[in-house]
Amino acid sequence: MDIAFFQDVFLRLLGGVPLTLQLAGISLSIGFVLAVVLAIALHNASPLVVLPLRGYVALFRGTPLLVQIFLIYYGLGQFRPSLQAMGVWWLFREPYWCVILALTLNTAAYGAEILRGGLQSVPAGQIEAALACGMSRGLLYRRIVLPLAFRQALPAYGNEIILMVKGTSLASIVTLLEVTGIAHQIISQTYRAIEVFICAGAIYLILNFAITRALAWLEHRLSPHLRPPPAARSATQKGEAA
Amino acid sequence: MTAPQSSMPGAAAPARPDAIAVHDLHKSFGSLEVLKGISLTAREGDVVSILGSSGSGKSTLLRCLNLLEAPDAGTLSAAGETLRFGRDASGRPAKIDPRRVERLRRSVGMVFQNFNLWSHMTVLENIIEAPVHVLGRPRADCIAEAEALLAKVGIAERRHYYPAHLSGGQQQRAAIARALAMNPQVLLFDEPTSALDPELVGEVLRVMRALAEEGRTMLVVTHEMGFARDVSSRVLFLHQGAVEEDGAPAEVFAAPRSERFRQFISAQR
Repeated sequence: MDIAFFQDVFLRLLGGVPLTLQLAGISLSIGFVLAVVLAIALHNASPLVVLPLRGYVALFRGTPLLVQIFLIYYGLGQFRPSLQAMGVWWLFREPYWCVILALTLNTAAYGAEILRGGLQSVPAGQIEAALACGMSRGLLYRRIVLPLAFRQALPAYGNEIILMVKGTSLASIVTLLEVTGIAHQIISQTYRAIEVFICAGAIYLILNFAITRALAWLEHRLSPHLRPPPAARSATQKGEAA
Repeated sequence: MTAPQSSMPGAAAPARPDAIAVHDLHKSFGSLEVLKGISLTAREGDVVSILGSSGSGKSTLLRCLNLLEAPDAGTLSAAGETLRFGRDASGRPAKIDPRRVERLRRSVGMVFQNFNLWSHMTVLENIIEAPVHVLGRPRADCIAEAEALLAKVGIAERRHYYPAHLSGGQQQRAAIARALAMNPQVLLFDEPTSALDPELVGEVLRVMRALAEEGRTMLVVTHEMGFARDVSSRVLFLHQGAVEEDGAPAEVFAAPRSERFRQFISAQR
């Protein structure tokens, strides 16, 4: 085993980590905001609004992410004149933005479904209690519905985050030099696929391990109500009305 | 059709202003007419027990009073708001400004059968939530008042517990404290003890009795005959969406005018 080669490859691949994290971070952030809006719309809006949104979700959940990237990067290139006329060609010219767009639309579709499930799980009684004390629609969502829905959706959403980090590897297909892209580059120079991909795999593993730990911490913080009660000083005395 | 608009026999001071009033309230679910023109006025300090068998419309009536159900027709006045329900020119239910609904709800507190505390907040957070975020009051003031309310309902030592960690009786007392924190002009109770184990009913009824004694205006849908008889100043018996019996407990229990109410009480014994 060539430890020196491993070390060299690993260090070079680390150079792709910022881009990998950037692609995942930007698309997950924008995707999350979109997912919240979409989920609320899917949960509440009239069929006229819901139907096209359902179509969008079905489309992006039902087709491979790679095909989506190809369609946006290569496919939209066919419409260059009209895109130029609209003044958005700068966006579709850059593989970076094309990948961000594909990843964002993809994760928003999945996220919307995950959060919609969370919204459905919010007990009707807790919503009524909020309405009964005079909360407006906005306040109800901000203080009661969304916090409860997020807690419920967090494990599934964590999955989506991990899938997206791994999904960024597809950006290498459209020339971006994130971790997988650099791995390809090294292999074409050295023809040592096993060592290089083991290193690349290890990097994704480390990234996702850190993310998993962060999510577990967040879940723990957000769910004191699901754990046994605090070992209270006064736990022995039964609270009786005076 | 309309219910007797009784002027509370046996009441001491006739000058007390109205706290909440509904007139000719109608509500249907589909083809089922649940409320068939109910009129009811509660003055400040009244404790009205609303009795009736299941399906009589008593819970629907209560839920109409803070508009968790939207009435089809009639008027509702409370806290300086008068809302009229009906249909607009095109026959659709007339829209009511949500801000007026919210304003009314701030003054009409609700305690639910299943407590409905917000599960992701501690007891204290549950209680200060609405005063801080709905009324926009300073957090420190709200906490101080919440502590006093928790002491009053007897669960001060549980203020940092989550609802899931409390017994049903403690949860219901926390829910009462949450409703009181808004300093409402009227308190509505929707079968507040029906979801409780029998040995926990007493602690909740004690709190409610104390509230009645301090002069709170309360409308209570209940199956607790003892409470209706001993604590309330007025008993309302609903049958098939209409008021069948209405009067001071001493009178209606001793000499019911309606045959249905007579059957109802004897079945409860």
